[in-house]
Amino acid sequence: MKILVCISKTPDTTAKIAFADNNTKFASDGVQWIINPYDEWYALVRAIELKEADPSTVIHLVTVGAADCDPIIRKALALGGDEAFRVNADSSDSFYIASQIADVAKKGSYDLVFTGKETIDYNGSSIGGMVAELLDLPYVSYAAKFDLEGNNAVIVREIEGGEETNKVSLPLVVSCQKGMAEQRIPNMKGIMGARSKPLTAVEPVAVDTLTAIASFELPPAKAGVKLVSPDTPEELVRLLHEEAKAI
Amino acid sequence: MSVLIFLDQSEGQIKKSSLEAACYAAKVAEQLSTTAEAIILGNVTDDLTAIGNYGIKKVHTVKNDALNQMDAQVFTKVIAEAATKLGAKVIIFSNNFNGKAIAPRLSVRLKAGLVSGAVALPDTSNGFTVKKNVFSGKAFANVSITTDTKIISLNPNSFSTTKTDAVAEVADFAATVDTSKVQVTSTDKVVGEIPLSEAEIVVSGGRGLKGPENWAMVTDLAKLLGAATACSRPVSDSDWRPHHEHVGQTGLAIAPNLYIAIGISGAIQHLAGVNRSKVIVVINKDPEAPFFKAADYGIVGDAFEVMPKIIEAVKKLKQA
Ligand SMILES: Cc1cc2nc3c(=O)[nH]c(=O)nc-3n(C[C@H](O)[C@H](O)[C@H](O)COP(=O)(O)OP(=O)(O)OC[C@H]3O[C@@H](n4cnc5c(N)ncnc54)[C@H](O)[C@@H]3O)c2cc1C
Ligand SMILES: Nc1ncnc2c1ncn2[C@@H]1O[C@H](COP(=O)(O)O)[C@@H](O)[C@H]1O
Repeated sequence: MKILVCISKTPDTTAKIAFADNNTKFASDGVQWIINPYDEWYALVRAIELKEADPSTVIHLVTVGAADCDPIIRKALALGGDEAFRVNADSSDSFYIASQIADVAKKGSYDLVFTGKETIDYNGSSIGGMVAELLDLPYVSYAAKFDLEGNNAVIVREIEGGEETNKVSLPLVVSCQKGMAEQRIPNMKGIMGARSKPLTAVEPVAVDTLTAIASFELPPAKAGVKLVSPDTPEELVRLLHEEAKAI
Repeated sequence: MSVLIFLDQSEGQIKKSSLEAACYAAKVAEQLSTTAEAIILGNVTDDLTAIGNYGIKKVHTVKNDALNQMDAQVFTKVIAEAATKLGAKVIIFSNNFNGKAIAPRLSVRLKAGLVSGAVALPDTSNGFTVKKNVFSGKAFANVSITTDTKIISLNPNSFSTTKTDAVAEVADFAATVDTSKVQVTSTDKVVGEIPLSEAEIVVSGGRGLKGPENWAMVTDLAKLLGAATACSRPVSDSDWRPHHEHVGQTGLAIAPNLYIAIGISGAIQHLAGVNRSKVIVVINKDPEAPFFKAADYGIVGDAFEVMPKIIEAVKKLKQA
């Protein structure tokens, strides 16, 4: 079993969101970078659990990004990846990123490609589906449970208002969310071991970009909260009905 | 040239978020001086001519039992075939679970740039730029699509529906339908409840409610308001409430018209999932709770004392 886990770098969930260069760039000064939570907690940890159940499993990691992604990849290796590839390119275009991942995936002939359900900065929810189409493989999105039964994957995925259980034969692409696994913290042995695990920088393949970020903007500030006395809560109901017209 | 919208259905009925996307598609078509058409896959019981009410001129149906289950690979091929034959230049999805699975595949298949999570009509004054949510609702990005064909998936609850009494023409579309490689072995839908992602009003509880035995104040109010129920992460982590109710950074991101948060502190990761709500109401006994900074209305008070009175007032309002 060979699994490719897609790892992306995102600002910490509590990072202050601000923009620079005339609102064309995220202001990254002083921002702490983390592995995108869905990639780490769910995709990667579930892959590690599959390896624990079957030690012949090999876990490769791929990141599309500049050299400043290396600390993130090392952390993913410390958690339990075996080998990592960093495609040396910096792009915000999902098609471009997916094409780089698909190229790495083709070369490695993986049984499974795991992504997170979305990046918490770009919120695209797109890379998994794009990689699947580029590889002409089935795609199961928003997986909350993943198990192997021989050459089949049994997956519980979220749908509108519920869940659905899917059975699919490998290979395939899966996007992962809550429920797949529990968050882990790398231990000392993992951190030491990660230093000697291979992390190869590869050059990107030439592909077009289909989109470009023109600018960013922050939402208008809220007017401020209107407080109702706890002695007259019915006043809140009146305001919601008459003023906000929300009920 | 036309604008094509994918109408998403479940058990023969068109999803609410798709009707919103239909209105959006009609407006985009107007901007581009063309017409909006729709495609719907699988067997449908809804009256499709009524889609005309939302500004759609023609609905193309691909009736095939194999399409009653959504498989992104199979659906993508059918939609791509239709988009090509119909000369669609802009293709619109609702950014719901199905949209998120299909639109990216279609983007690759047609080599059409995709903006997912759009919140406004495209700006066509200089190129084609679409505003989308980024940083989990904390900011927007204006993304330009540089390809000839364009795909937009619209965030649910970000565009209001308007209706006319126009009717749509309905026609069968003959498409090649592949056999799905994904077998659906079971489906488990919460019946009788409003799906959280589609709800216009959401009542949500946090750790401040002390335990699952106190949840009646959330569920009773939700029932009265025709609302869905939600909760903070520690609440679902402690199994006080089912996991699908968890909203926030790691749970579901929602954007209802009204979000009522009871006994929730308003941690940044919680806000990430709810800050797109139009009106936010916070009930918390701590005046320093960060949630008040994001709220429109609030009561600093004990939920156990305040909520029964609120429920009474809503009952009265509903009877009036
Ligand atoms: C990476 C990461 C991701 C996360 N993702 C999420 C997420 O997706 N969703 C999420 O919700 N959290 C998430 N969290 C957790 C988040 O940081 C908070 O810990 C969590 O939201 C707190 O939940 P709470 O407000 O219910 O509980 P608490 O923080 O314990 O707050 C309870 C509140 O209830 C109030 N209260 C107590 N008694 C009463 C009473 N009688 N009447 C009225 N008010 C009362 C208190 O004043 C307090 O403000 C995440 C954390 C991390 C680190
Ligand atoms: N630059 C990247 N390098 C590697 N994987 C990525 C990258 N960007 C996104 N991904 C993967 O694709 C998932 C969905 O990302 P997105 O479509 O941008 O929301 C993420 O959770 C990652 O697993």
